[in-house]
Amino acid sequence: MSTHDITVTINGAMTSANVESRRSLADFLRHDVGLVGTHIGCEQGACGACTVLIGGRSVRSCIMFAVQADGADIQTVESLAPGAEMHPLQEAFRRHQGLQCGFCTPGMLLRSLELINDNPDLTAEEAREGISSNMCRCTGYQYIVDAVLDAAAEMRAEEG
Amino acid sequence: MKSPPFEYHRAGSAAEAAGLLGELGFDARILAGGQSLIPLMNLRLAAPGHLVDITGAPDLAGCGANGGGLHIGAGARQRTVELHADTLATAPVLADAISNAGQVPVRHQGTVVGSIAHADPSAEMPAAFKAQGGTVTAQGAGGTREIASEDFFEGYFTTALEEGELVTAVTVDAWPAGTGHGFLEFSVTAESWPIALAAVLIHTSGGAIDRASVVLGGVAEVPLRRPEAEAVLVGAEPGAEAFEAAAEAAATGIEPLSDSFGSGAYRKKLARVLTRRALTTAAERAGGDA
Ligand SMILES: Cc1cc2nc3c(=O)[nH]c(=O)nc-3n(C[C@H](O)[C@H](O)[C@H](O)COP(=O)(O)OP(=O)(O)OC[C@H]3O[C@@H](n4cnc5c(N)ncnc54)[C@H](O)[C@@H]3O)c2cc1C
Repeated sequence: MSTHDITVTINGAMTSANVESRRSLADFLRHDVGLVGTHIGCEQGACGACTVLIGGRSVRSCIMFAVQADGADIQTVESLAPGAEMHPLQEAFRRHQGLQCGFCTPGMLLRSLELINDNPDLTAEEAREGISSNMCRCTGYQYIVDAVLDAAAEMRAEEG
Repeated sequence: MKSPPFEYHRAGSAAEAAGLLGELGFDARILAGGQSLIPLMNLRLAAPGHLVDITGAPDLAGCGANGGGLHIGAGARQRTVELHADTLATAPVLADAISNAGQVPVRHQGTVVGSIAHADPSAEMPAAFKAQGGTVTAQGAGGTREIASEDFFEGYFTTALEEGELVTAVTVDAWPAGTGHGFLEFSVTAESWPIALAAVLIHTSGGAIDRASVVLGGVAEVPLRRPEAEAVLVGAEPGAEAFEAAAEAAATGIEPLSDSFGSGAYRKKLARVLTRRALTTAAERAGGDA
């Protein structure tokens, strides 16, 4: 079956690879690039664990082929804390216990980041509606909403 | 699961996509946003040998007002169309429909034309498109042709497209000032597929309805126009009495199937209630000189 040369930017770094057509973007990130922060849940686009940002927009990487992402600017959860310090969103999730098992967390973080980037002043209602795209089977939605609002406040303050 | 193997082709234009479909034959499928097709492939319910990706073709991109109507290219993503000022001005029933379909990240990738071409009978976008009316532009090896929205949907996941044809764009017809729309669906959760839906438009003039469109989703094998309900509305004064009668007419004579989400009888009941409520909203929005 056919393979394709692709070049993508992942968390700011250019990467080239040769991928099989059927390779999902999620599997490409995990197996070929070694970025295993992107989780794979349902493999049919329903759960949102595999969410990544492309050009700043959330997409399901399990129902996108890597070859479709050729030329794209991809951001994975690993980009949030490149060093030892956690991102304000991650810190807020920890503080508010916005995670239990952690499986949905990478997707939740990136979707939340998109929501805050779109609207730094988002309300609880908007946060709740916004993360309704992602499933948390520990049923921790309330704490996630608290964390998103707190992180948004902190990020507004940092922006000054 | 993972998708079965296939050959990937990237089309740089509509003509190239049509050429590839002609050359590769029945085993080739268009890949648009992939938000229906790739889940089906991952579930091994579909295993096309070739995918022709059209999302990079510049002549298929774009969406906007066009000669009074709304032009939507086959590459235009649902989220882009949903938020586009021209959609809100010209086809707000479609904007409402899109906002009810799946989740925002899915709408970032999925295309409006892909949803219409997929022709799921309970999907939002085909119903809204049929309710407002418009044209599908299809292109194949033999050239280009136009198909009226009324004639496009033929059955479950079946359209008037012929083998080797792709949809290059759809155009939604504009309705005059004084038009109001209503779009309502009922689903198990806000994020899930509708069990039933109603998409309606009415135009009022001189205190009476002079044009009406009522389409139901999830109750038949296609988005279903309800001419009996439209006949009740045209000439009537907008109000509870006319809307109740039209809703009754919309739900009479339909025979929805039962599934794990709801019985046929329940869907019939939903059809009546959703139609009545959608008409009430449409009348409020129609304003005009009613
Ligand atoms: C989690 C999830 C939830 C969803 N919920 C909803 C929902 O509530 N309501 C809803 O309506 N949809 C829902 N969808 C489906 C989504 O709206 C799809 O985007 C849409 O049905 C198909 O559009 P696409 O661009 O993704 O098409 P694709 O998946 O790429 O294609 C779908 C089919 O149409 C054909 N096709 C696509 N474009 C063309 C063209 N231009 N010409 C000819 N054939 C073409 C393809 O060959 C394929 O057979 C959901 C999807 C997911 C993953």
